[in-house]
Parts: sequence; C-alpha cells; structure tokens
Amino acid sequence: MSLPTIRRRITARRGGYSRFEVIETLANPYGVLGTIPLPAVTAHVTLNQMAQYAQAHFDASFAALSDPVRRGVLERLMRADASVTALAERFHMTLTGMRKHIGVLEQAELVTTEKVGRVRSCKLGPRRLEEEAAWIENYRQLWAARFDALDTVVEELKRKEKRDGRKKRE
Amino acid sequence: MVARRESESAPKRNRTTSERKSARELVITRTFDAPARLVFEAWTTPELFKQWWVPKSSGATLLFCEQDVRVGGSYRLELAHPKAATPMAFFGRYLEVVPKARLVWTNEESDVGAVTTVTFEEKDGKTLLVMRELYPSKQALDIAIEGMDEAMPETFEQLDEFLVARGAGDERA
Repeated sequence: MSLPTIRRRITARRGGYSRFEVIETLANPYGVLGTIPLPAVTAHVTLNQMAQYAQAHFDASFAALSDPVRRGVLERLMRADASVTALAERFHMTLTGMRKHIGVLEQAELVTTEKVGRVRSCKLGPRRLEEEAAWIENYRQLWAARFDALDTVVEELKRKEKRDGRKKRE
Repeated sequence: MVARRESESAPKRNRTTSERKSARELVITRTFDAPARLVFEAWTTPELFKQWWVPKSSGATLLFCEQDVRVGGSYRLELAHPKAATPMAFFGRYLEVVPKARLVWTNEESDVGAVTTVTFEEKDGKTLLVMRELYPSKQALDIAIEGMDEAMPETFEQLDEFLVARGAGDERA
C-alpha cells in the first residue's frame, strides 16, 4: 500500500540550469500535501529525470493544457457538462474554433463528447476523472490503514476498561 | 443480535469511505465498535495517538507529537520518512473541542491548508466517525489532488521554462 502518497512533481529553483529539480511530495497525514525536497542531485541527473518525466507523463496533455482556453474549458466541465455551443459562447469563440480546442482535449483523453440529437455535449474524459478517483482512493486507503490501527488501540482500551470494571466489583 | 456476535467471532475491520463532497470538501467516514469516549480518548491522548496515527505500512516514523487539546491549543507532529531528507512538520490549532463529540483544527503548515472537523456520534455502543476537510477554495483542494486544474498550468509553465532553458543550453554547447 502506498502511504503516504508519493508523487513526483516539478518545481522551479532560481538560477540557470539548477533552478529545476524533481521533488517528491508526500501526503500530509492531516490531508494537505507537504513537500519534501529530495537530497541534492547534480544538474545533469536532474535534467535527465526532467526530460524522462516530461516524456512519459506530459506528451499528450502538454499540448492540450498549454492553452488558457482549453484549461478554462476543463475547469468549466469540472462543474458540469456543457455543449460545444455553450462553451463557444462562454469563451467568446466561433463554433469552429471551439471544436478545434475540444478535439485537442479529446485526443489527450481529457474530454469526451457525445452527440445527443443535434447537440454535441462535452464532459470530462476518463483520464481526468480517473486521476481524481485514484487520488481519492489512495487517500481512503491511507485513512483506512490509520483507522484500523486506531481500532486496535480502541479495542485495547475497551478490554482494559472491562478488566478495571471487574476489579472494582470484586 | 446475530450480526454483532458474528463480528465478534471474526474481527472484520469496518469499512472506511472517502468522498469529495463538494468542490472544496473531502469527507471520510468509519465506524468503531466502541463508545465515543474511547475513540475520543485515543484521538486526544498523545501516548495513544502515537500508536495509530502513523501506520507501519506508511514507512514513516513519528518523531515528535504534541497535542494541547483545548480551544486555542496547538498541536505539532514531526515525521521522518526514508524518502524525505529532513523530517516533516505538521502543525495547527484546535478551534473547537467538545469532549467525546467533536474536534476542529487548522492545518497551518500550508497556506492553503484545510480546516478539519471530526465528529464522534455514538449509537448502540458504536461510534460513527465523520471527518470533514474543508479547503479554503476549490483551487486549494485541486492542488491537493495534484495534477488537477490550477496546479497543472503552473506546472506546465515551469516545464515551458525548463524547455527554454534547455534549448538555450544546447545552443551554447
């Protein structure tokens, strides 16, 4: 079981090459993410890790998320599904322009669309939803492990109370 | 009470649930087969708290634990983890303390930390524990659920910078 949750993340440091390093974040036992810098690594290693990381994780979503309109669309869809027409209006764009953006998001599996009658409806794609669901499941597991341990402590308190109660009566 | 006898003979663990209740709230629930006062005691007594807060499977070790469980009182935890170069500290204050019933505390190690509310509801000798983590904004929770929303653009801006820096380096070389 992965606990605490460890995720790789990119952060910036000041000054030329060395301003980039890969750090890992650890799920705070109280729920917030705490950040722990890894032990110092050479710039060379760091850059390689960065490149690999970018390659493995970001290829598809990088282009998709590099545009403010597409980020806005995702945020809008996190609140509720919407039609392409509604999105075009909301972002003051032509239908054609919005269709292109939606196409990019679809390719990155961040959005899926479905045609209902004459309306094309957009909603968050599997990748986006899975990401959130996976995080929440991971979080549940962290608390399940913790509460199982709490259970043991509470059971011990219960037994102790029973013993003490018996003693008092005796 | 057949059900209870069954659960006594086979010590099956109760289920923990987690759910994103709203844009900025996470809710966790768990039932304990014990009265609320005992669950509350295990939560608010440092010697007991130390025994369960950091389960073995986490790989982490609790180095330090201090709890001044009263309104306005503070807590501080320090954890070591093989992946971490230095211990991590978690701290905050108790906003509400109702013995056997309710605890509310802040998480101040982060600017966008949640306010955590734990309630202990006793019924038929069992305790339903509900923990709510209310983040200051949707964005704060999305950042916690990393890779979501606002957290992403920021990361990509940094990736942009990185690619530019690497490009510049290649030219020099």
